Amino acid sequence: MIELAGISKTFNHGKPTEVNALNGIDLYVEIGEFLVVVGSNGSGKSTLLNIIAGSISPTQGTVALDGRDVTDLADYQRSRYISRVFQNPLSGTAPDLSILDNFRLAALRTHPKSLKIGIDEGFKYKVMEKLSLLGMGLETKINQPMGTLSGGQRQALTLLMSVMANCKILLLDEPTAALDPRSADIVMRTADKLTHDFNLTTVLITHNLKDAFTYGQRIIQMTEGRIIHDLKEDEKAKLEQADIFKWFS
Amino acid sequence: MDFLLTAILQGLCFAGIALGIYISMKIFNIPDITTDGSYMLGAAITATLFTHGMKFYFILPLVICAGALAGVLTGWIHTKLKVNALLAGILVMNGLYSINLTTMGRSNLPLRDYTTIFTRLKILPDVNQNTLVFAILAVAIMITLIGYLLKTDFGIAMRATGNSETMIRSLGVNTDRMKIIGLAIANALTATSGYLMTQLQSFADINMGIGVVILGLGAVIIGETMINWFNITSVWKTLLIVIFGAILFQLVLALTLSLGINPNMLKIVTSCFVLLFVGIPRLTIKTA
Repeated sequence: MIELAGISKTFNHGKPTEVNALNGIDLYVEIGEFLVVVGSNGSGKSTLLNIIAGSISPTQGTVALDGRDVTDLADYQRSRYISRVFQNPLSGTAPDLSILDNFRLAALRTHPKSLKIGIDEGFKYKVMEKLSLLGMGLETKINQPMGTLSGGQRQALTLLMSVMANCKILLLDEPTAALDPRSADIVMRTADKLTHDFNLTTVLITHNLKDAFTYGQRIIQMTEGRIIHDLKEDEKAKLEQADIFKWFS
Repeated sequence: MDFLLTAILQGLCFAGIALGIYISMKIFNIPDITTDGSYMLGAAITATLFTHGMKFYFILPLVICAGALAGVLTGWIHTKLKVNALLAGILVMNGLYSINLTTMGRSNLPLRDYTTIFTRLKILPDVNQNTLVFAILAVAIMITLIGYLLKTDFGIAMRATGNSETMIRSLGVNTDRMKIIGLAIANALTATSGYLMTQLQSFADINMGIGVVILGLGAVIIGETMINWFNITSVWKTLLIVIFGAILFQLVLALTLSLGINPNMLKIVTSCFVLLFVGIPRLTIKTA
């Protein structure tokens, strides 16, 4: 589903501040695979995710999604494949817009936003139905501005919004970093459930090694722009939580 | 009471600027001060076309297109050349001054002898009341169009662009294009204000655009203060309140003048009034 070939990224090329964020990354993520990426700060995890999403273009190498070369497509042009959940719970939703408006936009992710009024009773019902899945009691508050909700609620809604339109790839960039343990748990469970239910290809970046252990079928560790550990499904199953901790010592 | 009616009429004519600033500042979060230039552009084109005998119904579409073009230019400079929005606006506004002056050919064009939008049809015998009817009609059309636009899927995407850019890009919206379109709409509305005002006062003057941006800002800020007071979320009510802000602003200025304050002091009164509305909510929060 996601195919990275020979990806390198150099920031501030030719300046004293030059940084090689990624050095020749080759990565193939299969359909329906839940990939966990761990690594210390500055190891290139976020750059990798941004390159998949198209927010950053690689210095070298090619990106293919679903068998199609998308290296030259900008992030908004790749949105028909990709849904993203950001580290900052506030980035994934528009605070001044109502929950309903946010979901309307999410439902149109793969469609042009036309000059028609698209929110009707049927759509409201659909959103309320989706919201009730979360069990947060938000289905009665669809006209409330998104900004009035807590970070955890907003992050959970961002996840839910990603499956409003046909989504194939889910990119999670430390989605729980800013959340309390309980909200973080809800968000991670929702992500896991959606990955299974909708057969999504998911890439999760996390610093929480417990989450890295609990979720996902495959785990990779990055250091200095390289992949140094790559454990597939059966190997990850055998992995102990302590083993992952050792990678960082 | 006549000066109050005049103030209301002026307020209604400034409704376009108020809506334009509302779109650029509140919806797109871009401080766009192309306004002074595009307002004058609307006025200059209106006056010039009138005096050159252009068919009446061609003038408004041309004014709207010219205003939109000014907005596209600012938006393009801002998004494609990555120039700070304020600077982009200043550059275009400054450049428009020459264009406006060249268009008019001189600094003042009177329209006394022409039939304007306000005097074309006589519904009410009194000229001022007749003008009021048409001004309200014009503003009602603007509110309807913009209100409808903001309710559509495209409009929701517009509102999200200024609100959460990362999110809306990840939802497949080209935000640069969206901003350019937004500034085009904002400046088209502003130019329409120039169109109405020129006909209301029956002349266009090259200096009439100076500082009008603050009238729009004032209207939006007054509106915003009231929106916060009454906790308003409806798009329609918000637009109506912004227009109300524009009218209230003119009424306050008219009252100030009627108290016998030197007209030279008008701009400083304007600034103080806007400052008052910006400051009051914060001051009251502190004491509470």
